[in-house]
Amino acid sequence: MAAKTANHKAWWLVAPVVALVAFNALIPMMTVVNYSFQETFGDNVFFFEGFKWYEQVLGSERFHAALGRQLAFTFTILVIEIPLGVAVALAMPRKGIGVSVCLVLMALPLLIPWNVVGAMWNIFALPDIGLLGRALNGLGLAYDFTQDPTSAWITTIVMDVWHWTSLVVLLAYAGLRSIPEAYYQAAKIDGASAWAIFRHIQLSKMKRVLTIAVLLRFMDSFMIYTEPFVLTGGGPGNTTTFLSIDLVKIALGQFDLGPAAAMSLIYFLIVLLLSWVFYSLMMRNEER
Amino acid sequence: MAIELRGVVKQEGGQIHIHETNLSLEKNAFNILLGTTLSGKTTLMRLMAGLEKPSSGRVFFDGRDVTGVAVQKRNISMVYQQFINYPNLTVRENIASPLRVARVSAAEIDRRVAEAAELLRLSPMLDRLPAELSGGQQQRAALARALVKDSDLVLLDEPLANLDYKLREELRQELPSILAEKGAIVVYATSEPHEALLLGGFTAALHEGRIAQFGPTAEVYRNPVDLRTARIFSDPPINTALVAKKGNTFHLNESVKWPVNDATCGLADGEYRVGLRPHHITPMRRGEGSIEVMARVLVTELTGSESIVHLDIGGHRWISQSHGVHAVAIGATETMYLQTHRFMYFESDGSLIAA
Amino acid sequence: MAQITLAGIRHSYADSPSSPSDYALKGVDGQWADGGAYALLGPSGCGKSTLLNIVSGLLQPSEGRILFDGKDVTALDPVDRHVAQVFQFPVIYDTMTVYENLAFPLRNRGMAEAEVDARVREIAAMLDLDDMLERRATGLTADGKQKISLGRGLVRSDVNVIMFDEPLTVIDPHLKWMLRSKLKEVHQRFGTTMIYVTHDQIEALTFADRVMVMTEGEVVQIGTPVELFERPQHTFVGYFIGSPGMNVMPCSLFQGDAIFDGEAVTITEKPVGSASGSLELGVRPEFITFAEDGLSVEIVNVDDIGRHKIVDLRRGDHRIKMLAGEDDPIPWENPRIRFDPDHTRIYADGRLL
Repeated sequence: MAAKTANHKAWWLVAPVVALVAFNALIPMMTVVNYSFQETFGDNVFFFEGFKWYEQVLGSERFHAALGRQLAFTFTILVIEIPLGVAVALAMPRKGIGVSVCLVLMALPLLIPWNVVGAMWNIFALPDIGLLGRALNGLGLAYDFTQDPTSAWITTIVMDVWHWTSLVVLLAYAGLRSIPEAYYQAAKIDGASAWAIFRHIQLSKMKRVLTIAVLLRFMDSFMIYTEPFVLTGGGPGNTTTFLSIDLVKIALGQFDLGPAAAMSLIYFLIVLLLSWVFYSLMMRNEER
Repeated sequence: MAIELRGVVKQEGGQIHIHETNLSLEKNAFNILLGTTLSGKTTLMRLMAGLEKPSSGRVFFDGRDVTGVAVQKRNISMVYQQFINYPNLTVRENIASPLRVARVSAAEIDRRVAEAAELLRLSPMLDRLPAELSGGQQQRAALARALVKDSDLVLLDEPLANLDYKLREELRQELPSILAEKGAIVVYATSEPHEALLLGGFTAALHEGRIAQFGPTAEVYRNPVDLRTARIFSDPPINTALVAKKGNTFHLNESVKWPVNDATCGLADGEYRVGLRPHHITPMRRGEGSIEVMARVLVTELTGSESIVHLDIGGHRWISQSHGVHAVAIGATETMYLQTHRFMYFESDGSLIAA
Repeated sequence: MAQITLAGIRHSYADSPSSPSDYALKGVDGQWADGGAYALLGPSGCGKSTLLNIVSGLLQPSEGRILFDGKDVTALDPVDRHVAQVFQFPVIYDTMTVYENLAFPLRNRGMAEAEVDARVREIAAMLDLDDMLERRATGLTADGKQKISLGRGLVRSDVNVIMFDEPLTVIDPHLKWMLRSKLKEVHQRFGTTMIYVTHDQIEALTFADRVMVMTEGEVVQIGTPVELFERPQHTFVGYFIGSPGMNVMPCSLFQGDAIFDGEAVTITEKPVGSASGSLELGVRPEFITFAEDGLSVEIVNVDDIGRHKIVDLRRGDHRIKMLAGEDDPIPWENPRIRFDPDHTRIYADGRLL
């Protein structure tokens, strides 16, 4: 526990941040809330509409479809990235020069701006000029992410796995490194198999960091925008249009501010709710 | 100068960590908080330091109420069980750090760092980093940092617990004289009775967030007010049993009995719990009050300087501790002597009624 | 179970050791008989944990061999050596109950469930864990967890040796006594060879039948606790064992008697061998008594530590410590002391003459 001071000087130190958060988050958020209950045609003229936009969004096919795609995407990347991240972390060296080399390699994808990741993969996977696209087609596979929904999905997922598995690796690796050597020695002496060591020592000691990894990856992937936007633009058709892409289409493409505002609030509540469910489930597991 | 706790209570989330405590600690004496893990030693220290605020009650320093005063305004030093030093600073800079914060002049800093280093025998290693020192030297550096700034209150929370046995012995011997020169109020927490006795001074025996007894260390040891204090202050653990007083005799069982003495003749007949320290059960007769008992040997531990024998005496598992080497065979029945004049007698609620 | 032999064990953590100071172990030979209780005692950094890990097979020595019953096991894994180890900080599998923890080593070795159950229950009863078998092991106190660690070694009937690496570090003093006597009981009942590593002389001396005292990567003396106490072969042993340690003071020899600070000190056991090097006289505080016709000294300080008193004395520039009984009077007027001739020894360059 930190020492508590009796004066209130500390408040002055956080004041700039409070102001920043207010301008960046609180005020825009209240504007969104405001929009979500009103109709506007510009010129600052507003009509109160009550819950109309909420009903419209929640009842729309389009929203259901985008939400479904979003859940499918998030679920898929979690199922791939978490086990893969743990596996890579387990395979990483524990001492020597290899540690720094691996850590730098792992950090690289995380350092690349998101739109660059999208652009990179877009060019890399183009069926006519991209290395990957040409190669796959050369092997006789009918691969074209600009036309074929399956190709588009696979490309989007592979791109996300490439971009974000490192984060899981780094967290899992930190968790592994914090296990005292005595645990491995005791397991050796007890004749434990590699699986038993993983199940009873490594996984059990990594639980906390993995909780954080799942939460971070869930929230990030649920709000993914830039990379698929640059890669596929949500296409072909609407097949890779996730919630955030759809939201931007409604708000800026169609300029339907009211429904877009209602949708963003619903979106926000879904993320909040799911995060809370995840967190409390995993924390309850921890206490037991 | 004194620090005084008046009616201090600390509770958190419905759990009481410190029950109502009144305690006044004077300067120029070693004040020891003795108790097991979780007995409240650290919490009590944190309350004294101002790192925690009491749930109720007040803390006075020199008669001045300091209950709400921030720790950085109280002129306090603290040393912990872990060796806490700034890893990127040399020993010299580590020791100087509290003085730099206090804006002491450079010449004065040099003088005082040299003095503290001399006292703690760190002079040859002032320009090394903490990681280059042994555990004992690291803790000396932490002590030097605590001592250099002329604090009013020096709190030491089991500072020797992580050191080797022999290093502990050496520092334990030096600490009282080093601290005596500082003229501060010294509070020292430990879980080891042996350590408290070696350090001397005053001892507060702590049990589950309560001070069971406070007084000069040797006196608390010799005259504990209750069974809890006797237990806290006994290593090896004190031997206890229920005995029956019938007329002029105490009966441990059919065969083991001893007569009342001046202190116990006034007790009413009935059951009492007795306590007898391990070194008062000996393989040779010592003193007038010794009685002979037959004991079965369960475990023996011979250290060369002393013999520790776990015994079955009339169905009680008791420990005997004696000087020298007394080799006995496990499972054998041996004659041992109980120094019955050393028995302590406790009421059913644990309070001492005769000794 | 097995007799363990160490033959010329040297170990260095450096890749290419050149000078002797690169070695954590500078050549250790020794033998531990089957069924004994042994201790490795020394200050931190003396190489005792290194040696322990070499015996258990967690570490390969740079040089030398380890034999179990005459068979070279130097290249074998811990599993194949059939050893068990209890670590400084309790190692428990926190996904498992106490029962599962104890059963773990047996199940790993494919033992039938009925047999596992019988073994686990027997050992749990022995260690007073039987009423918490179904509890999650994470919820236990430090001493409970250490008992589980010990139990995981005891359940196995194939164990050659159980090793302890400072197992009582995180245990409260009064629980230390109980756990330690439990250890002794377990040793007496099962007769398993046990090796106990510690810096704490009380733990080493109370636990072991024979103690190996180490310093700076070398063994300075192997002996029973009584031998180490009464006849230290080296002044280091005199200092390191005993509390306070042995008094060591410069002296000279004259016609078989020691001369200390101008006065003759009688010794029963006349030193043998040539008296070269710097001579020192060693006598433990326990073997000094107040006597009317002894060396005159000054009393500097008396510490009452309960069951005895530690008396700090001065004679000239020399400081001497002695012990006095709980009820013994202190002769404040003109104190004189006498060294017990049977227990006063002469050392040349630190080694017993």
